[in-house]
Amino acid sequence: MGAIVTAEGLRKSFAKRGATSPPVLDGLDLELEEGSVLALLGPNGAGKTTTVRILATLLRPDAGRATVAGLDVVRDARRVREIISLTGQQVAVDARQTGAENLTMMGHLAHLPRRVVPDRVAELLTAFDLGDAASRRVDTYSGGMRRRLDLAAGLLTRPRIMFLDEPTTGLDPRSRQALWDVVRDVVEQGTSVFLTTQYLEEADRLARRVALVDGGRVVAEGTPAQLKSQVGEAGVELTLPSPSDAARLAPALDAATVDGARVRVPTDGSVAHVRSVLSTVEAVGVTPEHWEMRTPTLDDVFLTLTGHVGQTRTARTAEVAA
Amino acid sequence: MTSLFRDVSTMTVRGLRLVSRDVDAVITAVLLPVVILLMFVLVFGGALDVGTDYINYVTPGVILLAAGFGAANTALAVEHDMSSGMVERLRSMPVTAWTVLSGHVAASLVKNLVTTAIVFGVSILMGFRPDATALEWLAVVGMILLFVGWITWLAALVGVLVRSPDAAGGFSFVVMFLPYVSSAFVPVDTLPSWMRGFAEHQPVTPVIETVRGLLAGDVVPAADPGGAAALAVVWCLVLGVTFAVAAGLAFRARR
Ligand SMILES: Nc1ncnc2c1ncn2[C@@H]1O[C@H](COP(=O)(O)OP(=O)(O)O)[C@@H](O)[C@H]1O
Ligand SMILES: [Mg+2]
Repeated sequence: MGAIVTAEGLRKSFAKRGATSPPVLDGLDLELEEGSVLALLGPNGAGKTTTVRILATLLRPDAGRATVAGLDVVRDARRVREIISLTGQQVAVDARQTGAENLTMMGHLAHLPRRVVPDRVAELLTAFDLGDAASRRVDTYSGGMRRRLDLAAGLLTRPRIMFLDEPTTGLDPRSRQALWDVVRDVVEQGTSVFLTTQYLEEADRLARRVALVDGGRVVAEGTPAQLKSQVGEAGVELTLPSPSDAARLAPALDAATVDGARVRVPTDGSVAHVRSVLSTVEAVGVTPEHWEMRTPTLDDVFLTLTGHVGQTRTARTAEVAA
Repeated sequence: MTSLFRDVSTMTVRGLRLVSRDVDAVITAVLLPVVILLMFVLVFGGALDVGTDYINYVTPGVILLAAGFGAANTALAVEHDMSSGMVERLRSMPVTAWTVLSGHVAASLVKNLVTTAIVFGVSILMGFRPDATALEWLAVVGMILLFVGWITWLAALVGVLVRSPDAAGGFSFVVMFLPYVSSAFVPVDTLPSWMRGFAEHQPVTPVIETVRGLLAGDVVPAADPGGAAALAVVWCLVLGVTFAVAAGLAFRARR
């Protein structure tokens, strides 16, 4: 199947006239293959929400071009809106309406035939495990329940493409798991999903392809396995009594890196390799205070692929909701 | 066209639901106007000589003041929709997204009808004796709705433009100011001269005079093209259309 969402050279700057600040999107390219999930992975401030807003027709790019199902998101915005749904970074349901009232309202606004609205609402409430809470006001819901309702509101019309902007940020592990299940179901029924996330694990679980975005560009793109193999599948991390011990050990190990008294060795995670690393440690004659297996994190991917650790994240910690 | 109608009615139902479940809004719409009426009549009424029973004089003013309070509530509701992600979602759907504004305005009109009925009810219990025919009552309600209409569209515009709930709340200060510097509570000629000029030429005064006249049964608005009634209607229509268009444009421009 072909690409259902494409972006080519998207640029966007929010700088006021005269002010000089780097563009938020700086030539972003990507493609979502029909029937699959693409995860846009990046730290806070990387430009994920801006990308989603352009693709969902909410924002015009300064330059570049984007299409959804072959339709230009600027020129054919109205037709694009008929086949997409957007579940934004903020939960967009009314706290003072009940779950059922919220969905009914969205069903009418989505122009479903009037007589199918009640059935479709009931069906979705059940599917999202909100049947018991249907007639309760949303301000009595937990964060996870609100997010599920929010997601259900985006599915009333069975969209061809669903945009999910950080759908699990701030959710507890159980709700996150439930949401992942929902996304898998939706994809099984033929919807293509464009997802943004700050969590490598989420991209790994859900997405066929991952695009790593930093400073408004895609800096790496591939399957989760391809991306992780670029960082090393996992690492053995040893903490030694002193930096001089670390300096003594490192040369004996393949591709080891030193950070103070810590030594890190990439590993494929096999018993044989880990055993050989530990034997080398014994042979050199140093005694680690502590050692552990570490799996790659988003920060590791960043460090490897961009040479800096979530620079945007530390520089913009104040903009949690950005 | 039919879908526009459906969108507006959906959003009106929503607006009414949100208002009726908002404790602040209900207090503002029901309790506050009654308290203000009592205060004006019982506290100031004895000291003011307006040539008729003070309650006859002040009732329309209290209703318009209440419209201002209610509008502040609309500004808050619109600001909340703009910043909470609701408008983002609507904009990604094939609806005319600014119907979210007309929903709030329509809800505000209904809410103010309730407030108006309550204030008239309490006022009549306290001795207010209007002398209006059924047709004149209808004209009173129409005049009040025209006034509520423009002030609510102004509130919607404010809600679209501001970037925080506090700023939206500050709007009530401005709209409360208008009735005070008008003939709503005291005759204009008792105001200090520098205020008088403003009071005579601002929209609240002709609206008040028209409502007061209709209730007293002594104005035939249509027969008096240069009079308060014509002026009041023109003021409300011009301001209403202006603010509605401005709110729509600001809504489209804000990204
Ligand atoms: N409407 C806007 N006006 C001004 N700056 C914005 C606006 N939207 C986003 N930005 C800025 O653009 C940058 C990227 O934001 P965003 O796309 O929200 O990133 P992400 O979703 O990856 O966290 C941030 O520095 C943010 O402050
Ligand atoms: Mg974001």
